[in-house]
Amino acid sequence: MFRKPNPSSGVPIYVQLKEQIRHAIETGALSAGDQLPGIRGMAETLVVNPNTVIKVYRELEQEGVLEIRHGLGAFIALRRRRQSRTEEFRDGQRLAREFVDALKEQGLDEREIRRLIEAELAGDFQRR
Amino acid sequence: MAAVIETVELKKNYGKHEAVRGLNLSVQAGSVCAFLGQNGAGKTTTIKMLLGMVHPSSGTGSVFGRRIDNENDSLLIRQKVAFVAEDKRLYDYMTVEEIVRFTKTFFPRWNHDFERRLMEQFDLPPKRKIRELSKGMRTKLALLLGFARGCELLILDEPTEGLDPVAVEDVLQIVVSMTAEGTTVFFSSHQIVEVEQIADHVLMIDRGQLVMDAPMDQVKEQYRHIQAVFPDPVDERDFRLPGIETIQAKGCAVSLVASHNVDSILEHVHMLRATNVDVVPLSLKEIFLGKVKARS
Repeated sequence: MFRKPNPSSGVPIYVQLKEQIRHAIETGALSAGDQLPGIRGMAETLVVNPNTVIKVYRELEQEGVLEIRHGLGAFIALRRRRQSRTEEFRDGQRLAREFVDALKEQGLDEREIRRLIEAELAGDFQRR
Repeated sequence: MAAVIETVELKKNYGKHEAVRGLNLSVQAGSVCAFLGQNGAGKTTTIKMLLGMVHPSSGTGSVFGRRIDNENDSLLIRQKVAFVAEDKRLYDYMTVEEIVRFTKTFFPRWNHDFERRLMEQFDLPPKRKIRELSKGMRTKLALLLGFARGCELLILDEPTEGLDPVAVEDVLQIVVSMTAEGTTVFFSSHQIVEVEQIADHVLMIDRGQLVMDAPMDQVKEQYRHIQAVFPDPVDERDFRLPGIETIQAKGCAVSLVASHNVDSILEHVHMLRATNVDVVPLSLKEIFLGKVKARS
């Protein structure tokens, strides 16, 4: 269910993988209690370093997204905010759609819009 | 974590030519370490010194705590290390199954399951003579012989040279499986994208010297390309700041590559009243080209 990360995108592979897992939860593809593949299985399927998968699982555990049950594996954590998070995400999707439509009406094409958003996010990332 | 490979001021001269000029390497147990450099940068010479195949001109090194320049130690090193060389020298007169049978008699820890899995995955023809194998098949056979012998350190010198993309992915996947088993991998290559995919540490060597030694994630998180446009023409001298690797100023625009300290650099750029600033991450390939070009 996960895509192979793009190694040359400039975004660290562990960040890409974390985003994918978060996205899967936000869209409802994964829900509380679901089990993620084991470290080795995940590493072999995506052809990434097992240490990278360990890092992803550990960080997501610290962030309360995953629960590591020793000897059993990694599970999506039960979170009280889950429902509202999903709603927030849906709202976000709607806003993004409206925003993109508005830019298109301004005469910008998809490539230009993508570039604008990426530049904005990169700048935001740097300012933090 | 313990260092599996360590070198101190390692040097090798061939006559007047200095192939390796004072390398200080440290490779941690359990990591997949990429060893990048152009052709002739000194990668193969370094590897040969680690394996006792070439004697250092000066400096020292150790693998699993054993000295690389001591003959007895070197023997112990080679018991724990599998090496797949660039040229993949194999006995041409043997068939595939003969060389597998021949090789495994030397290694008590030979992994039979792994051997069978690889024979199948690589689609190797057991009865064919090695001299009749294609370049790709030859590479796969050499990798099988290296992978199945049960080693603690795997040294690969340009392992995917001559392989098609499907086979490259197969090889990378096996490297991943071996890492999951706890094998340390030292991986020389100029195929930067594949290195980017599986390595967790990057060593970059240029003309016999180390020019980068950093965790892969750190490289990705800290290297940035900054492009800024100013109201008036700017000079390269305005941008000599810590963390800036390269500067290209042209009229009112400047293009910078920063290896760290990006926040302060951006502050400086804004202070110079930039009207437009773009910050984008760099791929390892761009960083590599930048490093090599900046030095020539």
